[in-house]
Amino acid sequence: MISGNLEKRHKIARAFRVLCATVTWASIAVLAVLLAHVSFEGFRWLDLGFLTSFPSRFPEQAGIKSALMGTLWLISFTALFSVPVGVAAAIYLEEYAEDSRVSRFIEVNIANLAGVPSIVYGILGLVIFVRFFALGRSVVAGSLTMSLLILPVIIITAREAIRAVPGSIRQAAFALGTTRWQVVRAHVLPSALPGIMTGVILALSRAIGETAPLVMIGALTYVAFVPEGPMDAFTALPIQIFNWASRPQQEFHQLAAAAIVVLLTVMLLMNAIAVIIRHRTERTR
Amino acid sequence: MNTDVMPEEVHDAMTFEKPILEAENVTIRYVDQPAVRDVSLSIAANKITAIIGPSGCGKSTLLRAFNRMNDFIPEANMSGHILYLGEDLYSKNTDPVEVRRRIGMVFQKPNPFPKSISRNVSWGPSINGYAGESSERVEKSLRKAALWDEVKDRLNDSATGLSGGQQQRLCIARALAMEPEIILMDEPCSALDPVSTSRIEDLMLELKEHYTIVIVTHNMQQAARVSDYTAFLENGNLIEYGETDQVFTRPAQKRTEEYVTGRFG
Repeated sequence: MISGNLEKRHKIARAFRVLCATVTWASIAVLAVLLAHVSFEGFRWLDLGFLTSFPSRFPEQAGIKSALMGTLWLISFTALFSVPVGVAAAIYLEEYAEDSRVSRFIEVNIANLAGVPSIVYGILGLVIFVRFFALGRSVVAGSLTMSLLILPVIIITAREAIRAVPGSIRQAAFALGTTRWQVVRAHVLPSALPGIMTGVILALSRAIGETAPLVMIGALTYVAFVPEGPMDAFTALPIQIFNWASRPQQEFHQLAAAAIVVLLTVMLLMNAIAVIIRHRTERTR
Repeated sequence: MNTDVMPEEVHDAMTFEKPILEAENVTIRYVDQPAVRDVSLSIAANKITAIIGPSGCGKSTLLRAFNRMNDFIPEANMSGHILYLGEDLYSKNTDPVEVRRRIGMVFQKPNPFPKSISRNVSWGPSINGYAGESSERVEKSLRKAALWDEVKDRLNDSATGLSGGQQQRLCIARALAMEPEIILMDEPCSALDPVSTSRIEDLMLELKEHYTIVIVTHNMQQAARVSDYTAFLENGNLIEYGETDQVFTRPAQKRTEEYVTGRFG
């Protein structure tokens, strides 16, 4: 009879399991410590006044109203610009483009763009949107810059989602005498939607935390008003956090911690919405 | 073995007064590798024609050429002509979407849309601008596919919850809802159990009254049971084409005889 080394193989299997569990829990623990620390430090400052006040020299009166609203404006417009363009590009590359040298060149470059440091996008945004198109330090200029930054991520994840739709579904639809657009519209997009949504939310979560490109295009660090239109100047949460954290007074560090809690909450909310949409579309389709 | 019939005569013998489909010197290559070699055959209307042959003989490729499904395989290129009621399916003026509307297809693996049962059937007609009552058409198509009684109480349930055999009949209903003239079936029973298989075979016999069916199968008993005519392909070549009885009981070609008696393939 073959002994099969069963004992040893089971040992290796157990060891691997322990290793995976350790790595997972260690990273969760680090996150938990971070969250606990930040919440503990900022807890005292977190109240309604903090959300509805403008920044101030006096820590007791300081709040994040302009930064929070600026972030919401920024993220809404970024989604508005990047989602249609990104999804359309993904559909084109997956469903229409022929596998040619040009399309492979485009593919490689999209992957490369995803790895470009965000500050580079900031410089690009400053030159093109702020100066050349004379959009100034506006919400639109910021959103367009952010859109460029996250477009590669959206395109790549949307393509993955579209590619995961089984070819047999497409064939079945084509065999009924339908055009490619009808097939994409009725079958490919609905099936790919959960995956696309996940990618979009992940990309927007990245945009919400980005600071460098906003600093580059000149988002203001002290704004005592809420943007009323897309052409207004703005600030955003990460910039406000950066500003407070770089001051010497302890109180402002705590304010920064409180703002971080708010930023994380916004992110969590967005992820929750993504999960809900995913769940809904998976059930109803 | 019959030696009195030459192979060429066998091909020529199978000409019909009004063939619904005709392949003329069809050669299909994947890049450079030919999968179908210089095949000419005509398909009779309101009959079941079976295409048999060993794996990789090009039978599916030939079938997919009849409704231009090979268009989706960039490596595939075809020479020769395929005529549908005398019209070239591959001419510049022919719209492949229109071709597929008239010539439906059922695939090897059941592939219902991940939507409701009724939506599976009604989607094709609605997208093609059918204006009538869609629930009526759904019922009619499901009845024709012998599925109505099993699903009439759960038309809005997801089609993916059906059994494999039911899914395949749903796919047939979906093809029927377009009221095609020809239905191409690419090994429609290969993923099904014997009971489902015999249900679909019965269904085919009922359907041939109104439709022309071309079925690819590697199950010779199935070809013998359901088809009126049988074409035997090997290595991309059409070896023999004739009435099913004749092909199975008195094949003209030695290769055919060896294949239908199970000596290879």
